[in-house]
Amino acid sequence: MLSAFLTFTVLGLVTGAGYAVAASGLVLTYSTTRVFNVGHGAVAMLMAFLYWELSVHLELPVWLALLLTVGVAAPVLGWLAERVMMRHLSDAPVSTTLVVTVGLLVLLIGAAQAIWPPTARPVQPFFNGDGFPVGSAFVSYHDLMTVIAAVVVAAALYALLTFTRIGIAMRATVDNRGLLQLYGARPSLLSTLSWAIGSALAALAGILLTPVVQLSYFDLTLLVISSYAAAVFGRLKSLPWTFIGALLLGLCQSYAVGYLPPSELLSGVRAAIPALFLFAALLLAPQAQLRIGQIKGIAGVRVPSVRKALISGAGLIAGTAVLAFVMAPQHTDRMALGFILGIVMLSLVPLTGYGGYVSLTQFTFVGIGAIVVARLDSPSPLTLLAGAAAAAVVGVLVALPALRLQGLYLALSTLAFGLLMDKLVFQADFAFGFNGSLEVPRLALPGLTLDTPASYAILSVVVFTLVGFGVLALRRSRYGRILLAMRDSPAGCATLGLNLRWTRVRLFGLSAGIAGLAGGLLGGLNQSVSATEFQLFNSLPLLLLAVVAGVTSVSGAAIGGMTLMLLPVVAGEFEALGGLMFLLIGVAALGLGRDPNGVASRLFTLGRWRPSAKVTVPFRRPAPAYATGTAAVRDVPVSEAPVSSVPVSATPGSPAAEVRASREGKW
Amino acid sequence: MRNDPILELLDVHAAYGRIEVLHGVDLTVPRGSVMALLGPNGAGKSTLLKVVSGQLRATSGHVHLGGTHVNDASPDALARAGLCTIPEGRSVFPNLTVTENLRLAAYGGVPAAHVYDVAFSRFPRLGERSNQLAGSLSGGEQQMLAMARALATNPALLLVDELSMGLAPLIVKELYEVVAALAEEGVSVLVVEQFADAALAVADRAAVLVHGKVVATGGPDEIAADLTHLYLGGAP
Repeated sequence: MLSAFLTFTVLGLVTGAGYAVAASGLVLTYSTTRVFNVGHGAVAMLMAFLYWELSVHLELPVWLALLLTVGVAAPVLGWLAERVMMRHLSDAPVSTTLVVTVGLLVLLIGAAQAIWPPTARPVQPFFNGDGFPVGSAFVSYHDLMTVIAAVVVAAALYALLTFTRIGIAMRATVDNRGLLQLYGARPSLLSTLSWAIGSALAALAGILLTPVVQLSYFDLTLLVISSYAAAVFGRLKSLPWTFIGALLLGLCQSYAVGYLPPSELLSGVRAAIPALFLFAALLLAPQAQLRIGQIKGIAGVRVPSVRKALISGAGLIAGTAVLAFVMAPQHTDRMALGFILGIVMLSLVPLTGYGGYVSLTQFTFVGIGAIVVARLDSPSPLTLLAGAAAAAVVGVLVALPALRLQGLYLALSTLAFGLLMDKLVFQADFAFGFNGSLEVPRLALPGLTLDTPASYAILSVVVFTLVGFGVLALRRSRYGRILLAMRDSPAGCATLGLNLRWTRVRLFGLSAGIAGLAGGLLGGLNQSVSATEFQLFNSLPLLLLAVVAGVTSVSGAAIGGMTLMLLPVVAGEFEALGGLMFLLIGVAALGLGRDPNGVASRLFTLGRWRPSAKVTVPFRRPAPAYATGTAAVRDVPVSEAPVSSVPVSATPGSPAAEVRASREGKW
Repeated sequence: MRNDPILELLDVHAAYGRIEVLHGVDLTVPRGSVMALLGPNGAGKSTLLKVVSGQLRATSGHVHLGGTHVNDASPDALARAGLCTIPEGRSVFPNLTVTENLRLAAYGGVPAAHVYDVAFSRFPRLGERSNQLAGSLSGGEQQMLAMARALATNPALLLVDELSMGLAPLIVKELYEVVAALAEEGVSVLVVEQFADAALAVADRAAVLVHGKVVATGGPDEIAADLTHLYLGGAP
């Protein structure tokens, strides 16, 4: 009994040490640059593959392979990531930094798949798994090395941050980056260094943790993502608490394996322990303060008039109908899929586009809608609504416990939720059944059959258009204005007496409901649904493409849906492009991550002569400060997106002169 | 001592987005002098300091520091080259200890030991609180900590913004004594101040900035006499 306990404790501590190495890198990067690197896990995965390449494939000595991976390749990767993507993100809104790092994650997974195509790559632990007994437990030298690595990392980081000037400067960055620059420190050097170290630690963790799950693109990435829970436990700033969190997490997992009685439900719980731990750490986190004194207005795209929207909608439906009867059936099905994915993207428009919240797990809600429709097993269109309602209820349930959370923590709680659903619900018998897939009947409307591809494509585009109208109506409504105001200044809204929590719960419910509706349609299209379609990792390209295509507009959702549908098609037609799909989305996300209006807004402005020249500041009469400010927020060109509070000089008469000067092209 | 000015601004314009704040500023700070830059709220004083220290790029015009054109220099490069800027408000890092704050001052190009030495001998109260977080110091002590950087790093030009903000008059007096002592050592100083008296007491030249333009320069006595007139308009 005692010996088993000892074994599980040793095992837990070793895994925990691996987590600690990974999490400390994450914390270091976040606390220096204010960018939470969702792609940290993918860095670890990619570097573990590289280590395999060097040590197994090229048969370099272990120490040299380790040195090249952890000491050279990983820091260079971190340096590149900082240099190319992150440098200007430290003041960006959380949603932007998250999307860009999700882009990094997808990009790196794509890179790994492209460079190392799937095949078996057995990895030996260090020292071939030799070890020594401790009491009745067996400790391999690999385990010992993991623990030693964690201790060394802890000590080195402590020394760096406490005793060296550059370490102190890294901590000072958090307080006041601008002031640090006035002191003479190079902030870019500091953030580069922290990314390089963070990336090296990710690499080390990846290599140490590889024997647990072997080399696999997703499992290894997910394993390192588990360590995010430990980082959250340390509030993303305290390294000692991060280490404690990592050890606790490792022990919890190990004891769960050892002592939870074997049953189907509990095996799900066992796999979901990191997610549960993350949830718990998030819920115990202290209430975030509302941001004050900081206005990050983002110029949205123009909301089309009702007439224009109706015309475009009718045109879209008519065009689709014509195409549906002309094209081959399998192309028509693809088009329908594009519109259904477009509806999923539409669910992100109010949530991310208007509200500024990031959901890392939108496909989970799609899955819930699909399960409900499949289980109801009836062709009545009411099942679609039931699926949407069920997803909405779950959406509300997600938002409820996370009520106190803001920005980054809220996004992480959706990540935890997605992992939980993956492990606990979608794998269980009551969801997708024994073999993980369900049959779904096609819908039938009274007097209409929808069993041809053409009719189903038309149904999809009609639903897409209706939901699009709904989203636009929402944008025009009072609730839509509240959402935008809440995104720009939560503190300002709170002082106006708006109930932020209730607004947010409704928003999550609404968004999940739309996704659930799409889930029902998706099931009907394929006439079967399976658990693998709705995994967490599928949600990430969805989010990225939504942002790349334009998450603030309905047209963006249409473009995004079509692109998401086309990518696997293209990859299928051209074998060589296999991992390129991920690569492509990743690169696009990096480029466009800074512009939340995406490709769609570029299209709007495409043939218009400098729409940016439309500045509607009152011309002759001196404008009060707030009038100028709001006009600027609404009408600046997209390229100048973040309009922070523009100081307006109180000089009587002078604003008009300044505007005139700006008209003359002075700035 | 060379005769060329330490700081020279020629027709400098600066803007936040589309709102222009400085409409062609000309200003010269001779080497070794203490220049007080005065002006009412919103005149562009702090903006001017941001332009000089490299935090805000001038949209047109020239900024010369020690005879070098520095329009495109980054703030950290200027700081390492001998410019010491103490911005408005409490310019310390609240989550670092006093000692760690001083350690960072060593980026100015002097050994850390020297910084501790100067700071703790000039401001013994900082020595007593050396392991305290800077955020837990009183406002005056924080400003002392900020001034200690100027004292210890021996800058070529010191820029100080609103030293008196929110502080008791006695402490303001003590801080301006430090400025005077620095001037004695030959450090050129540009002091921005909304409340003129304290700054004019240590300055040997003064300039008044109104609506983004320098409307008057001269000796402190002349400026002090004309100040009301200049602030309230009617100036050329």
